[in-house]
Amino acid sequence: MAIFSIPGIALRAISAAVPVQCEDNETLDLIPEKDRKAFIEQTGIRYRRIAPQGVTASDLCIHAAEPLLATLKWAPADIDVLIFITQTPDYIIPNTASVIHQRLGLSKKCLALDINLGCSGYVYGLSVIGSLLQNMSGSKGLLLVGDCSTSVISREDKSTWPLFSDAGSATAIEQHDGGRWHFNLQSDGSGYQNIMIRGGGQRHPFTAASLAVHEFSPGISRNDLQMKLDGINVFNFALREVTPNITGLLDAIHVPQESIDHFVLHQGNKLMLECIRKKMKESEHKFPYSLYHFGNTSSASIPVTIVTELLAKITGQKSDLLLSGFGVGLSWGSVYLTSDHPIILPLIEV
Amino acid sequence: MDINDFIEKFSSCLNHTPTSAISPDTEFKKLDEWSSIFALIVIAMVDSDYQRVLTAEDIRNSNTLADLFNVIQSK
Repeated sequence: MAIFSIPGIALRAISAAVPVQCEDNETLDLIPEKDRKAFIEQTGIRYRRIAPQGVTASDLCIHAAEPLLATLKWAPADIDVLIFITQTPDYIIPNTASVIHQRLGLSKKCLALDINLGCSGYVYGLSVIGSLLQNMSGSKGLLLVGDCSTSVISREDKSTWPLFSDAGSATAIEQHDGGRWHFNLQSDGSGYQNIMIRGGGQRHPFTAASLAVHEFSPGISRNDLQMKLDGINVFNFALREVTPNITGLLDAIHVPQESIDHFVLHQGNKLMLECIRKKMKESEHKFPYSLYHFGNTSSASIPVTIVTELLAKITGQKSDLLLSGFGVGLSWGSVYLTSDHPIILPLIEV
Repeated sequence: MDINDFIEKFSSCLNHTPTSAISPDTEFKKLDEWSSIFALIVIAMVDSDYQRVLTAEDIRNSNTLADLFNVIQSK
């Protein structure tokens, strides 16, 4: 296990942005009418936000970042590190962090890079930005995490379309003596095909055939440029790995589980998260869900859940948080951190 | 492990199908309630009640509930 600590960093503020456009699973023709109630009950997902064509994950993240910087009174020139985590970049080349760097007016002294990760991305992103900032005295960083997953999912695929939703987030982090974050990050590449867009990369380059729609089973049709999700394998992966990852971290750093104020887990689906919660013998009020209104927002689901479910609970006070992301890769990880009077902005709808 | 206990647990996952309609010979994938989400509910039940992992292949290769029970038992 990659268990490690990063000293000298502090979480200052979080914001999240979602598109206004909303779809309701209760009226979604893709799910047979007789199955809709059970689907919503079991997945926990009723509403999903769909970005209009032309709106990208970076747009949503910038919508989240601008008011965050203004609230913190951080000038663009103050930012030393910009990290953008997404699976839906603006372009194949260049990296989207460079585009964001220009749009936010950041200075040339700022390091900017992309990371391609999905549902584990927020936790991994905190580890990367924390590692960089801890060595730069007085430095400030911006972690932007988001996906417009609906742009790469078939509307004719009932195994993905009713689950995913679009969102972007911004998290402000600062070098600060005293703060310490603890991570447990893991990977299992043998599951790389479980969540995948097969075509359009170098292994299977785009051709006219990439656009041909194949029906894999009734209600599951997509082309080679759209995401496939092997639901059962991913479900079993989460049941198998997430609980030991979290308890392994807490054991290693000698933090009792009962001292955690909130467990904010990637919002895959409610059935999966409830299984994990029960395995951990943890109470419902410590496991917030944003699934009902926002679905699976991929890499942004942890900050979206903090913004929509914990704003009043962690603003203006100290809270011990356990954040855990898991998914595509397969990749998963947890972080234990204390948020000390963070600024949490209300959800931004654009 | 007892197959009747398994049948009872499987039945408790169902919302509409009467318990009387469920037996070891039931071809579970032909049930009106069977769906990809229902498969996850059964996997979750097997994980929590039997501490065994049911895979997509296990489900694909099983026709009746007795088949499914035998797979769980063999793990």
